[in-house]
Amino acid sequence: MKNIGLIASKEFRSHLTSPMAYIVTFVFLLITGTFFSTYLTGTGYTDTSIAGFLNPGNLLLLLFASVLTMRLLAEEKKMGTWELLLTAPVRDSEVVLGKFLGSLGILLSMLALTLYYPLLLVWFGDPDIGPIVTSYIGLILLGSSAMAVGLFASSVTSNQIVAAVISGAILFALWFVGSAVALVPANIGELLAYVSLMHNFGDFTVGIIDTRAIIYYLSIIALFLFFTIRSIETGRWS
Amino acid sequence: MIRVQNLTKYYGERLALDDISFNVEKGEILGLLGPNGAGKTTAMRIITSFLMPTRGDVWVADCNMAENSLEGRRHIGYLPEAIPLYTDVTVRSYLEFSGRIRGMDSNHVKTRIDDVVELCRLEEYIDVLIGKLSRGFRQRVGVAQAIIHEPEVMILDEPTLGIDPIQVSQTRQLIKDLGQEHTILLSSHILPEVSMTCDRVVIIHEGRIVAEDKIENLSTIITGSRSIRLEVQGPAGEVTTKLSNIKGVRQVRYEEPHHFVDCPPEQDLRPKLMEAIVQGGWILLGMEAVEMSLEDIFLELTTEEYDEDEEDIFVEDEGDVEA
Repeated sequence: MKNIGLIASKEFRSHLTSPMAYIVTFVFLLITGTFFSTYLTGTGYTDTSIAGFLNPGNLLLLLFASVLTMRLLAEEKKMGTWELLLTAPVRDSEVVLGKFLGSLGILLSMLALTLYYPLLLVWFGDPDIGPIVTSYIGLILLGSSAMAVGLFASSVTSNQIVAAVISGAILFALWFVGSAVALVPANIGELLAYVSLMHNFGDFTVGIIDTRAIIYYLSIIALFLFFTIRSIETGRWS
Repeated sequence: MIRVQNLTKYYGERLALDDISFNVEKGEILGLLGPNGAGKTTAMRIITSFLMPTRGDVWVADCNMAENSLEGRRHIGYLPEAIPLYTDVTVRSYLEFSGRIRGMDSNHVKTRIDDVVELCRLEEYIDVLIGKLSRGFRQRVGVAQAIIHEPEVMILDEPTLGIDPIQVSQTRQLIKDLGQEHTILLSSHILPEVSMTCDRVVIIHEGRIVAEDKIENLSTIITGSRSIRLEVQGPAGEVTTKLSNIKGVRQVRYEEPHHFVDCPPEQDLRPKLMEAIVQGGWILLGMEAVEMSLEDIFLELTTEEYDEDEEDIFVEDEGDVEA
């Protein structure tokens, strides 16, 4: 546990000293803020929800999770610090969990900065709080899943760009597989819907907490963290 | 302290280490000497458990590194060839992390940092970002992280690679000083480096150990012999005696079905060997020079002291943007 905390806090601090976290957060806030305000003005301030923020927000979260995680392990490999970590008396799983939690901290900070959208709504209007809370739960789960996928992608290469492309490809495949639901027979469609990041996200935005969706996201996180650990082990044997 | 037994490592199809075994006794400085690509780094990576061997076992401080790797790693201070530095932090916070990750508590690390910084002469740079340091200072930080947790065993992979001559001699002195309290395994492709710092040397070439001896005997190893392998149809004992009597032959060994004749490198004794066999009335089925002699291996080693200027010295860009 101590090792996980150590690696997580190291990771979090290292994010704060690199320009990337700031750039990503800035662009994220800029785009979601623009969509948020145009949505509000577009509805003539009749729909006081965060729908405007959520709609590009969910996809941007996937994109930016890829960017934030690409350096996690790939950079360590490139800089040679990988040898320091893997020869320290630390389990591979502790390295992975530490890295994951450290970068999750950055993601949560980024999401925390968007809280001023609902605060504005409360200040000037009378929004329905329920869907806003569940939407944030959904965003946190979605973002964490994306971080786990990104961490895995970062473990298979020492090239950060390659890592970002791999995680982007996995994430968008998992997202857009949901769009194919209507095009295939119902039983296959049901399966596709169940593995889709998109379909599992839907309920959260309308105020529903579906246990299946929570289990789905937690499974994605666990699965990709497990893949990451195996990928590190494989590296030792190759 | 370190026991390496029948270590074999394949990278895919390529054989990197071929059944090597050696020991490093407590308090000893052992040099792993060999040309670039001989397998030194692979051996060190396996000992530190960064890599797993294809076959074979490693014990460090009585811990089997396959079964009890975490405990074994606690006893090791490791300086890899590419110095493992985080360029975006200060020397102090890097050393703090290095100590903590090896299980030291934060108070202990803080007091210990003062000691290692003094030992590695980094006092003035303790609060400088590592990215701003020159190669020589980075190397000192690398040594500092390897000793911060007071390990019993130190593993140093090419510790003087790419630093200037004055720093090279300082580093060697530091290694010698550390050798009084630590067991050290260091690798090098520079002959004088090993002879200056080590008690004993293991010479490794193309994944195999070709010689192992005390440093005093190094000169005898170097002026060693060239070996010729013969296959002779005839009574082995008599052949051995006859061949030994030829002028210039140093030693004849018989390993069925071959005779190995050691002779000085400057002399080609093959005609004489041939003649002796014909005179004895035996039949010569084959004769060939065996593999590479130690001389040839040494030719590949760097035998001159400071000729590393031509090597690629890899220094990170200082303005490196961490993406």
